Amino acid sequence: MFELKRTPFHERTSRLSLPQNWRRWAGYIVVGSYDLVLDREYWAIRDAAALIDITPLMKYIIEGPDAAKLLHRMTPRDVLKMAVGQVFYTGWCDEDGKLLDDGTISRLSETKFRLTSAEPSLRWLSMNAVGMDVTVTEVTDHVGALSLQGPKSRAILNKVCVKSLDKLKFFRLTETKLAGVPVTISRTGYTGDLGYEIWMDESDALKVWDALIEAGRDYGIVPCGILAMDMARVEAGLFMIDVDYTATNHAWIPGQKSTPFEMGLGWTVALDKPGYFVGRKALEREHKDGSAWKLVGLEIDWVGLEQLYARVGLPPQIPGMAMRASLPVMHEGEQIGYASTSTWSPVLKKYIALAHVQRPYFELGTRLHMEVTVEHHRLHAPATVVKTPFYEPDWKKK
Amino acid sequence: MAANQYDAIVIGAGHNGLVAAAYLARAGKKVVILERREVVGGAAMTEEIFPGYRFTEFSYVVSLLRPEIIRDLELPRHGLKILPLPSTVTPLDNGDYLAGWDDHDLTRQEVYRHSPKDAEAYDEYSRVMARAAKAIKPIISMVPPDPSSLSPRDVLGMLKLGKYARSLSEKELYRIAKLVTQSSADLLDEWFEFDALKGTKSASGIIGTFLGPRSPGTAYVLLHHYMGEIDGAFRAWGFAKNGTGGVSAAIANSARALGVEIRTNAPVDKVIVKGGVAAGVALQNGDELRAKIVLSAADPKRTFLQFVDGKYLPDEFVQSIRNFRVRGSSGKVNIALNALPDFTCLPGEGPLHRGAISISPSIDYIERAYDEAKYGQYSKNPYIDMIIPSMIDRDMAPPGHHVMSCFVQYAPYDIEGGWDDAKRDAFGETVISTIEKYAPNIRNCIVGKQVITPADIERIAGITGGNIFHGELLLHQLFFFRPSPQWADFRTPLPGYYFGAAGAHPGGGVMGAPGKLAADAILQDVD
Repeated sequence: MFELKRTPFHERTSRLSLPQNWRRWAGYIVVGSYDLVLDREYWAIRDAAALIDITPLMKYIIEGPDAAKLLHRMTPRDVLKMAVGQVFYTGWCDEDGKLLDDGTISRLSETKFRLTSAEPSLRWLSMNAVGMDVTVTEVTDHVGALSLQGPKSRAILNKVCVKSLDKLKFFRLTETKLAGVPVTISRTGYTGDLGYEIWMDESDALKVWDALIEAGRDYGIVPCGILAMDMARVEAGLFMIDVDYTATNHAWIPGQKSTPFEMGLGWTVALDKPGYFVGRKALEREHKDGSAWKLVGLEIDWVGLEQLYARVGLPPQIPGMAMRASLPVMHEGEQIGYASTSTWSPVLKKYIALAHVQRPYFELGTRLHMEVTVEHHRLHAPATVVKTPFYEPDWKKK
Repeated sequence: MAANQYDAIVIGAGHNGLVAAAYLARAGKKVVILERREVVGGAAMTEEIFPGYRFTEFSYVVSLLRPEIIRDLELPRHGLKILPLPSTVTPLDNGDYLAGWDDHDLTRQEVYRHSPKDAEAYDEYSRVMARAAKAIKPIISMVPPDPSSLSPRDVLGMLKLGKYARSLSEKELYRIAKLVTQSSADLLDEWFEFDALKGTKSASGIIGTFLGPRSPGTAYVLLHHYMGEIDGAFRAWGFAKNGTGGVSAAIANSARALGVEIRTNAPVDKVIVKGGVAAGVALQNGDELRAKIVLSAADPKRTFLQFVDGKYLPDEFVQSIRNFRVRGSSGKVNIALNALPDFTCLPGEGPLHRGAISISPSIDYIERAYDEAKYGQYSKNPYIDMIIPSMIDRDMAPPGHHVMSCFVQYAPYDIEGGWDDAKRDAFGETVISTIEKYAPNIRNCIVGKQVITPADIERIAGITGGNIFHGELLLHQLFFFRPSPQWADFRTPLPGYYFGAAGAHPGGGVMGAPGKLAADAILQDVD
C-alpha cells in the first residue's frame, strides 16, 4: 500500500536501469536513466531511436455527442474544426487566462477524444461539462504509453506494425496492430525529433515493449529515461509544468502564474473561433495589449562563458544534463527575468536555456546576461534571445 | 572579378584545407579550393566501398577538433554530430579482458580486478596528465615564434612563450620536460604494474609515429591525447556521424555556405610564380587560376618539392623539407560484416561493441611489433585499434550488418621489396587472424574487406610516405621545427604562398588547427 505506482513496463524497465535512479512522475515512479551517463540515451533520441515509458501521463476518454463542445469550451483551440485522427497540443486556462495545465487532445472518432494532462483534470473537466451530454473517464492506469523518438523510429514501427506509418503526418494518429495487439499510434512526442507515441491496453504493455526492443535492435533502439528526454525537450523549446511554469491553481501569488501567450503558445489561442471558452476575455485583452512576459530561448555566448572561467584558470564546467534551477537573467546589471531550465546541448554544441523575460527584452536578438556560478562565485555570462526550437531536424515533420 | 581570378586559392580539400578556405571566405575573400580527387575530405573520408557498407576509410575518430572551429564555422548546423564512443576493451590472451568505461567507478572497479594498486594510480595518473596537457596547451595553441628572428612578431611570440613558461611552477616545468623526452614505457612503468593497462595506454603514444613504446619522445604523443580533456563540455571526443567524412562534409557545407567554390577533379600541377611571388595555380589540365594568395593544405613534400620549382626556394629550406620524416607506419583494414564479431572475453552483443577494442596486451607485444617494422616488415602480431562504426551510427551499414574499422600498426611504408598486392593481402590476412584469436567467428562474418597500406594512403589520399600526420610527431619535427625551422608560422620562403595542413604546427589528427592558424596568418598579412 505504501508505495508509489508502477507502470505496466516496470518489469522490464526496472531490470534495465543501471543506476536505479527512480524519478517521481504523477504518482508513479519511472526510470531517470538506464545508463550511468546520459550520452547514449540522449543520442538515441537524436540519431537512432529511444524508447521512453510515458505511462504516467494522465489520460481521459471524453465521449458523447458533446465531447467536442466540452474541449472546445475548456481549451483555447478550435476543437470543432478538428478532424478525426488529428492531435492538438494545447494549454488550458482559468477564467483569468492563466495556464492550468497543458497536454494533447486526440480525436479518436466524431464523438470520442482522449485528453492527456500532467495534473489530475477530472474535476476541471466535470465542472466544464455541466449540462453537456458527455462522459469523462480517467484511463491513466489502464492505458500503457510508450514514446518512440528518433530518426529511426518510423523504420522500427514499420517492421512491427500491420500498417505502414509512412503516410502518418505530424500530429495525426492511427489505429493499427503491433505484435498482434491493437494499439493507437500518434505522431507526437516531447523531443522535437521524428517520433511516435504508442497507446495500448495495460495488459498488452510488455508484448509491445518486447516487440519494439526486438525490432529495434538493428536500428540502435535504446531504452531511455526521462533525464535524457529533459535535455531533448529543451532543445525542442518545449516547456514543462512545475518547472517552467506554475499551474495557476498551484500558485501562491499572482506573480507565479503564466498565460499561454507568455509561454509562447499564442499559436494555440484561436481567438477567431466561435463561442465562449474559458479565459477568452482575459486572453483577448492580453492579445490586444501585449504580454508583459515571454518564455524565450536563450543561447549563452560560449566565448563570454569561457572568459568567466578563464579568470580562475578553468574551462567552462557545464553539467551533462538539464538543470531545473532558476537562474537570474539580467539586462545591464538589472534583473529582468529568469531561466527556468538550462542545458548543454550535445547536438548543437551550445549552452541553452528557456527563460522568462520581461517586456521589452524578449525580442529576438536582444543581448542579455544569465547567471552562472564559477567556482562558487555568481557571475553573469552574455546570452542572446534566440528563436525556438533551438534544434529542429528536417525529418521531424517529413 | 574575372573568371579564374580569386583572392585566395587553397590546394587540397582535406579537412584542413576546407577549414582554411572557410575562414578566408568568412573574412570576405573570394576563395576556390582545388581537390585532386572527385570527393572532398582527404584523409577524413567516408566511402561506400561495398554497396550499403560505408567505411570511415582512413581516420576514424575525432578527439581534437578545435572547439572554436566548430563554433566559428557553425559545424553542428552544417551536419556535424559527434556520437559517444564510451569505452575501450582490451581482450587478453587468457580469455579475460581489461576495460575502461565512461564511468569513473566502473573503470576503477574494473582496473581493481587486475591490480588494486593500479586502480588507485589510474585516478592520479589521469589527473596529472590532464593537468600537464592543460599546462602545455597554450603553447600548442600559439603560432610558433622563430627563436632566431628579431622581427617584432617573433620577439613578441618568444616573450609570450617565456612569460607563460615562467608562470608554470618548477614542478610543472620538470614534468613537461620529462614528458617530452621520456618514452611512454618509462612513463607508464612509473605508474602501473598491469601489463595490459600499460600496453593499452602506451598505444596512444605510438600512433602515427615510427617509434615503439620504448622510444624516447613517445610520452609526449601520449600527452597529445589528453589535450581534448581540457575543452570541458565542448570536448569533441567520439565518432563523427557518417565517419570522419562526416566532419569533412560539415566543413565543406559550411565553406560552401560562406561562398567557397569547391572544385573537385582538379589536380594541381604548379604554383605560378611571378616576380618572385605566388600569383596563382596551374592545374594539370592546363587551366590557370589567379590569386595573390595560394595556400597549400597538402603534405610538406608535395607543397614544397612538387608544387613549387626549387629555384624559388632557398636550398637550405628545400633540404630541410627533404629531411622531414614522413615514414608511414600504420595501415587500415576496413571490414564489412554480416554479423557482429563475438569476442571470447565478453560473449554476445554488449557494450564492448560500442567502444574501441584494442589489441594491446602488453608493452612488450607492441615493442616486438615495432621490432619487425624497424627492419622493413609489417608486424606479424600487430597493435590493432578497432571500432564498429555501425554500432555507433546505424547509417554506416544495412540493418543487422556492420562495418568494422581496424587501425593497424606497424605497417612500414618502406617495406622490404616495396608494397604489392600479395603483400597487401598477406598483411590483411595477418590482421584478420590476429582478431580471430579474440573473436573466433570474425572470418565467417566478413562480406568484404578493404586493406590499406601506407602506400595506399599515399596513392588514395595523396599523403607522401603515407604518414597519417603528414610527418611524424617527433620532438625535432614539432612546434618551431614544423615543417622547417624559421618557417613554422604558416608562411613560406615564397611570398604569397602559405602552408596549413597536418605537416604544420600543431600537427595531425582531425583537429583543423593548422588550417585555421594558416588562414589567420594570411588575414594578418593581407588586411
